[in-house]
Amino acid sequence: MSAPTVDLGMMHGGLRLPAEKQASTAAPILEIPVPGVLVVPLEQHVGAPSRPIVAIGDTVLRGQVIAAANTAVGVPVHAPSSGRVVGIEDRPVARRHGDAAPCIVIECDGKDRACTTTRHDDYLAMPPSDLLSHILEGGIVGLGGAVFPTAQKLMQAKTSEVECLILNGVECEPCISCDDMLMRENPAQVVGGARILMHALQVETCYIAVESDKPEAISRMAEALDDIDDKRIVLKQVPTIYPSGAEDQLVQMLVRREVPSGGLPTDVGCLVQNVGTAAAVHDWVVEGNPLISRVTTVTGDGIASPVNVRARFGTTAAQIIKATGGYREQPRYLVFGGPMTGKAVTTDDVPLDKSANCILALADLPSSGPTLPCIRCGDCAAVCPVQLLPQQLTWYARADDEAKLREFGLVDCIECGCCDLVCPSHIPLTAEFRRAKHRMRELADEKARAERAKRRYEARNERLAREQSERETELARQKASARAAGPDAIADILARKRGQRKDGAE
Amino acid sequence: MKFERRDAPFRGPQADVAAQMRQVLFALVPAAVAHVWFFGPGLVFNLFVASVFAVAGEAAMMWARGRPPEPALSDYSAIVTAALLAFALPSLTPWWVTATGALFAVVVAKHLYGGLGYNIFNPAMAGYVVILVAFPMHLNLWVAPRMGDIDYQHLSVIQTLAFTLTAKLPAALDFDAISRATPLDAMKTGLNNMATAAEVRADAIMGDFGGRGWEWIANFLALGGFWLLLRRIIRWHIPVGVLLGLLLPASLMYVMDPGANPGPGFHLFSGATILCAFFIATDPVSAATSPKGRFIYGLGIGALIFCIRRWGSYADGVAFAVLIMNMAVPAIDRITRPRIIGHTGGVRDDA
Repeated sequence: MSAPTVDLGMMHGGLRLPAEKQASTAAPILEIPVPGVLVVPLEQHVGAPSRPIVAIGDTVLRGQVIAAANTAVGVPVHAPSSGRVVGIEDRPVARRHGDAAPCIVIECDGKDRACTTTRHDDYLAMPPSDLLSHILEGGIVGLGGAVFPTAQKLMQAKTSEVECLILNGVECEPCISCDDMLMRENPAQVVGGARILMHALQVETCYIAVESDKPEAISRMAEALDDIDDKRIVLKQVPTIYPSGAEDQLVQMLVRREVPSGGLPTDVGCLVQNVGTAAAVHDWVVEGNPLISRVTTVTGDGIASPVNVRARFGTTAAQIIKATGGYREQPRYLVFGGPMTGKAVTTDDVPLDKSANCILALADLPSSGPTLPCIRCGDCAAVCPVQLLPQQLTWYARADDEAKLREFGLVDCIECGCCDLVCPSHIPLTAEFRRAKHRMRELADEKARAERAKRRYEARNERLAREQSERETELARQKASARAAGPDAIADILARKRGQRKDGAE
Repeated sequence: MKFERRDAPFRGPQADVAAQMRQVLFALVPAAVAHVWFFGPGLVFNLFVASVFAVAGEAAMMWARGRPPEPALSDYSAIVTAALLAFALPSLTPWWVTATGALFAVVVAKHLYGGLGYNIFNPAMAGYVVILVAFPMHLNLWVAPRMGDIDYQHLSVIQTLAFTLTAKLPAALDFDAISRATPLDAMKTGLNNMATAAEVRADAIMGDFGGRGWEWIANFLALGGFWLLLRRIIRWHIPVGVLLGLLLPASLMYVMDPGANPGPGFHLFSGATILCAFFIATDPVSAATSPKGRFIYGLGIGALIFCIRRWGSYADGVAFAVLIMNMAVPAIDRITRPRIIGHTGGVRDDA
């Protein structure tokens, strides 16, 4: 068996957190039946929401495109099952913490009839550019949680010199185990996806990175790699330390190069895709199944029996949780995503979307007591994977000091939450940084708007002044030429003007 | 079903200021027991007086600043300041002396600078220096340690309490009968009187390395310090910096001229070296924040302690060394700012 290699660079800081993944990995992935009604959000990816191309009353088939990509960055949305469109309306979505956003509501007919799609077993014969546009049509986005459209990420990568594809199976955040289970149950799909992506990118190196606390996933992946015997793909075992699975940190460990501030992994020759994304690419290209479902971890102390499920997009959290065995008691928080970076939603009536790698129900959290002043202990800086100084940043964030925030690298913060956990004064650092980033974007927008308005105003003043001076010169010229011609000429001109006016009136 | 909103991360905090301060207090317990054994029950009274005035000062300042007093009072930081001050004082100290130091530490050095987290100077050391300036004679009143053949004049609990309240000794005793020079004082005076370090070390108050009793207290303080390191309440950078900063020049001078210089062991086990390395210099608020910065900060303190002991007019130099390095903290923090990952230039911080 091809053992994973462990020659890695260092990541700064990080935390060893209790994994809390045993409960959800004990049973195989549970298939959630298609519910009677699916609520499919139009905004499940980075970029503008997709544009509906079906009308209320239309019959749709599973896998049929129901909303098209709206802008250059975007993906189509497919019907997760067959049925009738009964609504195009605002419904609560997880992306907005349970606030409403446009969704297509499908009443399922229970038959789950599929529409015909093309399969490309022969993808190796396809030109990479064709393969890329085909991947775009599959509605595939990054399933690690960032939901950046995969095809566009690949196209972007083609513009720089990428040598290495990295499949991210690290899954370092506590509680989440969907990638782990996917690698255990469908390693061949992941590896198959890797080969498709390698062909699309035309790269000859691929690292599949898995955290050391997933021995079963590692051995299944190693077996799958043995089966295909592709020496270009190397399994890498990364240490179990959060957030080793963050994109830039993973690149730093695997290729020992730092992604430049404000840059992308492609700047150091790498492209990172989640293992789930790779499997989805395989599913679409080889099997002809667009992205209409995903594996997600249903866990937390508020869940009766934690498990990984595969559910269609549009199935609500309430339906999924009920199918797994329901809540243990009324939980206080429901989180989409993991405990470190997830989003709390206000209702479980929100549908599963492409970003949801975990649905976490938390009975309660220990009260952290009042926030005390920073005592400069520096523990936040010690655990920061980007080597920031959170204790300084929070100071400047409160003062809204834009210049200092830039100097101390606010934009480099990956919002991993490590500093929050170790802060003995219980300062909500990550939330403060998120707000400060938002504020900085607002300020930049405001500045740009003000700049535009100023330019418009100046241009207008300039134009008015120019027109005024032109009029004055013209008048002066006319006066001068009239004066030069003498009184008869003036009378002449006046007569002509009168005549013109008369002509115009007729 | 409805749920509450909250910002990530959805995990309780792993650390707590009050819990850390409590750990610091626990870590001082073995040394406190040793202190009482060797120098009598005075430390207990000093601790009590310092704590009462520190907490009262803290409450009054929070009230004056219009803030709720509970968070400040429940974080134990005033008690830690009081404890460090009490450890620095002789066991026989009148209550008003201790109270002056504690009040200055909390009211002026801490709250007038903005309270917990904002003070530039180590409050306990600021309080100690005020005592040093205002009541210098009281800091020389160290009773002889209870140890073997030393003529130890035992003051009872009541007599000690009476002294703490009135600054008066029982009629039968006078200061000369019960007090002894501290080892560092003895060394300074001895060397100034042209005695060799070895001759001074031959005195009955001297122990294996430092002074009798003193070196045992230092051992227990080091024990507490290791406990704090183990519990990750403090990191190694400052203690190692302080000890290296002191012991390197001390060793060098000792090797060059053993007659005029006590050995590094003497420096290590005398005075407040260990207390400073593990408990005083490690106060995070007034120290540098980056690992490299903290090492430099520690080195500076250690070197200054040596300079003051060797060439200064004070026998020990911990308080001044700490306060001087407190002033250097902004500069150290600036110089040792770690390079952000993905940024070019700046200093790389691997410490």
